[in-house]
Amino acid sequence: MSADQTSAACRIGVITFPGTLDDVDAARAVRHAGAQPVSLWHADDDLHGVDAVVVPGGFSYGDYLRAGAIAARQPVLRAVVDAARRGTPVLGICNGFQILCEAGLLPGALVRNAGLHFVCRDQRLRVETNATAWTGRYAAGAEIVVPLKSIEGRYVADSSTLAALEGQGRVVLRYLGTSPNGAVRDISGIASADGRVVGLMPHPEHAIDSLTGPSTDGLDFFRSVIDAVLGSVPV
Amino acid sequence: MQHAAATPDQPQPYRELGLADDEYGRIREILGRRPTAAELAMYSVMWSEHCSYKSSKVHLAYFGKTTTEAMRARMLAGIGDNAGVIEVGDGWAVTFKIESHNHPSYVEPYQGAATGVGGIVRDIMAMGARPVAVADSLRFGPADAADTARVLPAVVAGIGGYGNCLGLPNIGGELVFDPTYAGNPLVNALCIGVMRVADLHLAHASGAGNKIILFGARTGLDGIGGVSVLASESFSASSGGPTSRKKLPSVQVGDPFTEKVLIECCLELFDGGLVTGIQDLGGAGLACATSELASAGDGGMHVDLDAVPLRAQGMTPAEILCSESQERMCAVVRPSDVDAFLVVCAKWDVIATVIGEVTDGDRLVITCGGQTVLDVPPRTVAHEGPIYHRPVRRPSTQDAVESSTPDVLARPSTPEDLRATVLRMVASPGLCSRAWVTDQYDRYVRGATVLAQPSDAGMLRIDETSQRGVAVATDCNSRYCALDPYTGTQLALAEAYRNVAVTGATPLAVTNCLNFGAPTDPGVMWQFEQAVRGLADGCAQLGIPVTGGNVSFYNQTADTAILPTPVIGVLGVIDDVRRRIPTGVGAAGDEIWLLGDTRDEFGGSQWAHEVHGHLGGRPPAVDLAREQAIGAVLAAASRDGLVSAAHDLSDGGLAQALVEACLSSGAGARVTLPAHLDPFVALFSESSARVLLGVPSSGAGCLAQLCTDHGVPVTRLGEVRPGPELQIAEMAPLTLSDLRTAWEATLPTLFAP
Repeated sequence: MSADQTSAACRIGVITFPGTLDDVDAARAVRHAGAQPVSLWHADDDLHGVDAVVVPGGFSYGDYLRAGAIAARQPVLRAVVDAARRGTPVLGICNGFQILCEAGLLPGALVRNAGLHFVCRDQRLRVETNATAWTGRYAAGAEIVVPLKSIEGRYVADSSTLAALEGQGRVVLRYLGTSPNGAVRDISGIASADGRVVGLMPHPEHAIDSLTGPSTDGLDFFRSVIDAVLGSVPV
Repeated sequence: MQHAAATPDQPQPYRELGLADDEYGRIREILGRRPTAAELAMYSVMWSEHCSYKSSKVHLAYFGKTTTEAMRARMLAGIGDNAGVIEVGDGWAVTFKIESHNHPSYVEPYQGAATGVGGIVRDIMAMGARPVAVADSLRFGPADAADTARVLPAVVAGIGGYGNCLGLPNIGGELVFDPTYAGNPLVNALCIGVMRVADLHLAHASGAGNKIILFGARTGLDGIGGVSVLASESFSASSGGPTSRKKLPSVQVGDPFTEKVLIECCLELFDGGLVTGIQDLGGAGLACATSELASAGDGGMHVDLDAVPLRAQGMTPAEILCSESQERMCAVVRPSDVDAFLVVCAKWDVIATVIGEVTDGDRLVITCGGQTVLDVPPRTVAHEGPIYHRPVRRPSTQDAVESSTPDVLARPSTPEDLRATVLRMVASPGLCSRAWVTDQYDRYVRGATVLAQPSDAGMLRIDETSQRGVAVATDCNSRYCALDPYTGTQLALAEAYRNVAVTGATPLAVTNCLNFGAPTDPGVMWQFEQAVRGLADGCAQLGIPVTGGNVSFYNQTADTAILPTPVIGVLGVIDDVRRRIPTGVGAAGDEIWLLGDTRDEFGGSQWAHEVHGHLGGRPPAVDLAREQAIGAVLAAASRDGLVSAAHDLSDGGLAQALVEACLSSGAGARVTLPAHLDPFVALFSESSARVLLGVPSSGAGCLAQLCTDHGVPVTRLGEVRPGPELQIAEMAPLTLSDLRTAWEATLPTLFAP
C-alpha cells in the first residue's frame, strides 16, 4: 500500500448516490494513490472543501428514466457543476461518466451497447492525451489494461461535437482491439475543454492492485490528479 | 373469524391450494373450527413442500445425526436458520447458502433468475451479514435445443441485470446441459455474506412489546400464485368482485435498485444496534415471515394488515399475507429504537411501517379492517407442519443402467484420433469456455475478488489488513448421481472440496441445493435418500459440517424426472489471499505434475456423453481420504510457495485440464503420458482425487516430500514451454490459438444475438 504522506494535502471526494456501487473501490484507489478520500452524500449541497471529486460507477437510482439522469439533478451534482466551473478536477467513471454527460459537464451521451449485453472484460485502451488533470502521469499513446463493465457504454455524439473533441485533443481514451460496445470512433473517455473534467467508461479503480485486478494501470489516474491539485509536474 | 366459526360447513378450496384432505382436517383440529380464508392461505403456503420440507424432513434429520461436536466447533448457525454461519478467524464469520429458483426461471426466465438472486441475498442479510458475492449453478436442456435458446440467455441476463445492479461480484458457478433439464431448467443461486462474529442476528421475535417493522418495497399482487383462488371465496359477497381484477403473473418482478438500497439500509440498522430480530420476506411472504418469527420467539405476535403499505387496491387479507412482492424485510425492534430505526430508513428512502408487536400470549393474531382474520398457534404453521414418510424404492431400472458399462464403447487409439478427440471435447457444450455467460456478470465490484471464473473456485479477500479470504465452489455431476446417487453426491462433494483446496484454501463448511423429481415417485425418493446419506457420510469423513441447504422437488416433466442434481457448495478459508494458487499450468520452465491415481473410469463421463450419448455403468470411485491428503498438500504448498499454479481434474479428465490450464496461463506445455496407461484412459478418464500442478524447480524437492508424507502419488508429466503449443505424447502439437478458438467459439455461436 502507498504511503500516506500526501493524504493531508489532497482530499478527494467520492460521491454516493442510492444505487452507487463502486464508491468503496474509488475511495480505496484514492487511498492507494496517497490522497484522503472524503465521502460525499447525494443529498449534500456542498463538497466539504475537497480538492477533487470522483463520481463513481454503479446504477444510481437504478438507471431509471436514463442512466445518470436522476443523479445529475441531485443537490450534490449542482455543487459539483459549480466547482467544475471554478476548475476543480472531476472524474466520472462509468455511471459517473453518464451522470456528467447528463449534467452537461461533458458533451455526448452513453447508450446501450451495440451487442445489447452487459460486457465485463479486461479492456485494452490507449491513453490519447496526458494534458488533463487525470492523465498527467501517463505517456501520451500509452497502452493500458483496465476492466470495463457496463451495458450502457456506447459513446455517441453529433459530428460537430466529435470534430471539436478530436480537434481540441479532448479524446482521452480509446478502446483497442474488437470494440466492446460500438462506441463512435472507439471513444472510451473524454475531457472538458479545460481538461479538468474527465469521463470514462472503464474502471481505473479496479486496476490498482494485481491481486484484485488485471493490472495496476489505473492507479495513475488518481496519482495524476494529486499532482494537478498539488501543482507538481511529473517528470 | 366469527364468520368462520359460524359457518363451519362452508366449503373451502383447500385442494386448489395444494392441501390434502387429511392436512385440511388437521388444520380444523388445531383451530377447533374451520380456518378463515387467511388462515387457510397461511397454512397452505407454509405447509407446502417448498416451505415445510414435509417430504424431505425425515431424511434431512440424518445430517444432524452425523454431525459431531468437533464438526460444529466453527458453526455459529446451521440448518434451520436462514443460512449457515461459520467462524473463519480474526473475529470474522461467513454465511453462505444456495437456493433454487427453478420453476419461475422456466416460466419467465429473466425475472425468475433475477428474483432468485434477490431472494438469496435477503437470506444472507437476515443473518446480519453484508452480502459480498454471488455465484450461480445453471442447468439447461440440450445446448442446441430451441427452448434453451429462449431460457438460457434470459436467465443469464436476469442474473446479470439484478446482480450487477446490486453491486455484488459474481465469482463462480456452473453451466451444465442435459436433455432432462429441457422443461426443467435449474437456476440455483448462491450468496456469501461476511460479518463480525459479534454481529450475528437470528430470526426470532422475542420480548413482549417489541415492535414488528415491515420495510422495503410495497406489497402487491405479484407472486401470489395459487392463493388467488381464495379471492373468489372471500369476495363472493362484495359487489364487483375480484373477477374483474387483472390477474398478475405468479412469477415475481424484481427491482434490484430497491434491493441495493435495502442492503445499505439494513447494514446501517445493524451497525446502529437497532435490530433485535430480522427475517427476509421470500416464498410465502408475510405469512412465512410473521409465523417463523413468532414461532422462533418466546411469545405471541399481533399484526395489523391495515398498516401494510400496498401497491394494489382491494387486496384480501390472504393476498396480503401470501404476496411474494420482492425487496421486503421484517424486523423486530425495541420500542425505544423505533424512532431511530425509522430515521435510518428515511435516509435511504426506504418505506418502513410498524405493523404489529410481540405479545405476551402464544398466538399469532392478525387483524384487518378491525376484524381478526387469523388466530393461530404459530408453531403449528411454521415448525410443526406435516411430515411424510414417502415410499422409498430403488428403481428396477437401476440394475440395467449399472450393467450397461461404457467398456464396450469404441475408443480412439491413434495419435490422430486422440488429437481430434481433444479438440472435439474442448469445444463440446459441456466443456467449452463459459466466458459468454460470465462476461455478462460484474466480477470486479467491491474490489475484493481475488479469483473468479474460469478459476476452479471463486476467492474473496474479506479483510484488507490481515489479507484473510474465503473461497467457494459449487459442483454436481448429475450423470454420476444417476448411476449411483450415494457415490455421485460424494463425488460432487469431493469435487467442490478439491476446487476450494486447489486455490490453497482450507475447506470448512458445506451447503447444498438438492434438486430432484417428484417426491411421490419412490424411485426419486430413493435417489434423494441416497444423496442425503452420501453427503452426510462424506461430510462426516471430511470433518466439515453441512451448515444449511435447500430442497427443490417436482423438477420433472410428466413422468420423467431430471437427473438427480444435488448441487454441493464448499466454503474454505485462506489466511493470506496473496498466497492463493492461481488456476493454470505455471510459467515456462515449471514442471507439470499430476497428483493422484488414474484408472479406467468412463461411467457417466463427458466423453461417453459427448461422443456416444451413453449413460451407464459405475461412476468413478470416490476416495475422500485422498481428497483430504491432496488438500493438505496444497494448503502447505500455498503457504510455502511451492507451486505456481494448479487446476483440478474433473469433467473431460486430464486432456481438458491441460488445455484449460495452458489457456489460463497463456503458456504452452510438453507432456508425456504414463507408460502403464492406455493414452486414451490417461487423457479422458474422470478418476477423482486428481490435481494438475505447475511446480517451479525451487519447490520440487519440498513438494515431493510433502506428497510422500501425505501418501499422495505423483506423476511428473512434463514442463511448461515458452512456445504457444501444447504437445501431448505422440500427438501433433496443438496450438493455443486453435485450442482457444475451439474452446471459446461454442457458446457465442449458439447464443449470441
